[in-house]
Amino acid sequence: MKILKIDGDKAIVGAGGVERRIAINFLSNPRIGDYVIVHAGFAIERIDHEKAEETLRMLREL
Amino acid sequence: MKYIDEFRNNKIAEKLGRAIFDKATGLRPINLMEVCGTHTMSICKFGIRRMIPKDVNLISGPGCPVCVTPKSYIDKAIAFSRLHGTIVATFGDMMQVPGSYSSLIDEKTKGRSIKIVYSPLDAVDIAEGNPEKKVIFLGIGFETTSPTVAASLVYAKKKGLKNFFVYPGHKIILPAMEALLEDGRVNIDGFLCPAHVSTIIGTIPYNIITKRYNIPCVIAGFEPLDILQGILMLIEQIGSRNKYVENQYKRVVKRSGNKKALDLMKDVFSIEDSEWRGIGRIPRSGLTLNKRYSIFNPENAFSLSPIKTTPDAGCICGDVLKGIKRPPDCKLFAKSCTPTTAVGACMVSSEGTCAAYYRYRQ
Repeated sequence: MKILKIDGDKAIVGAGGVERRIAINFLSNPRIGDYVIVHAGFAIERIDHEKAEETLRMLREL
Repeated sequence: MKYIDEFRNNKIAEKLGRAIFDKATGLRPINLMEVCGTHTMSICKFGIRRMIPKDVNLISGPGCPVCVTPKSYIDKAIAFSRLHGTIVATFGDMMQVPGSYSSLIDEKTKGRSIKIVYSPLDAVDIAEGNPEKKVIFLGIGFETTSPTVAASLVYAKKKGLKNFFVYPGHKIILPAMEALLEDGRVNIDGFLCPAHVSTIIGTIPYNIITKRYNIPCVIAGFEPLDILQGILMLIEQIGSRNKYVENQYKRVVKRSGNKKALDLMKDVFSIEDSEWRGIGRIPRSGLTLNKRYSIFNPENAFSLSPIKTTPDAGCICGDVLKGIKRPPDCKLFAKSCTPTTAVGACMVSSEGTCAAYYRYRQ
């Protein structure tokens, strides 16, 4: 889900038209536009765009 | 959706399938175990088994926290709900799990105050909004969930809440993986390791498995390409001499995990021996509230009359959780045991192996 707005320890995230208010205590340096993994009302980690692209590149080269 | 659709690409899935057939030549049969309910569901939902050789066996392990919660825990949760002035707050999965005499959904139908929450923070909100009630949250889950409960307890402590409690039932996955290897009844050639548990704990803890048992561990994401690539990486290791921990889910999982989450867990929980439904007692495999948070433990705050928990009968959930049997091997599967008339926890939970097989007709 994508971070749309940050408000202290909380953020509004959205995906596929759904928006949710979640806690971001576990993220270091959260930024608007970051994609995060959400579990039980918390963002547990950021998705690293470069590493995602690297994985996809390796898969496409198979 | 971004970072999901790309990892469901059919053409790449087919290429991975062919690569798996190719690499598995001369090594079969191969037994790979996954220990994560979300992997169990994904494998069934995306038909992964149809894309790989029949004798590369994907075995489901005890990756469903609701499924391994002991019956006695359910019985006690029900007893808490029967106390005057309490509200039991729980993840939805727990509602239909059969206890010895009843279930949370049956109790709710009878008028007990039991609420389903999506997050432990919702339970804290209920406590704040109902100061005259005692809110008891059922703390169930592996290492993806325990930090969220820890964070909620820290928040409750900061707010000075006196009416919020967590009944601890969290478990740690690695001791269960070791217990299965020690049990030896299933030949495990490799572990497909959980994506989100590993997001929290990192890759380092799995070195115990590779070093002590010489079995490869690959952490993989939940999308079909992640799972297929994870299987391919495991097979490549099985075909070589050295076994080690590999991370397929690099876009999320870091080697040292999530430090903030791990620190929070250390602040709030301590490790204890724990009872796993269907498996038995596994040393140092559960979490309880430590001394500084013991006032939030309802077992200390409330006295209950002794409960006689009945033994599990008929269903073979235990053997399914250990990977010894598959759901269709159970006499009750899809007959007297279905998602709406569940006998065992494996059929009820959204991450249960039997529920996955039933829903996706494996």
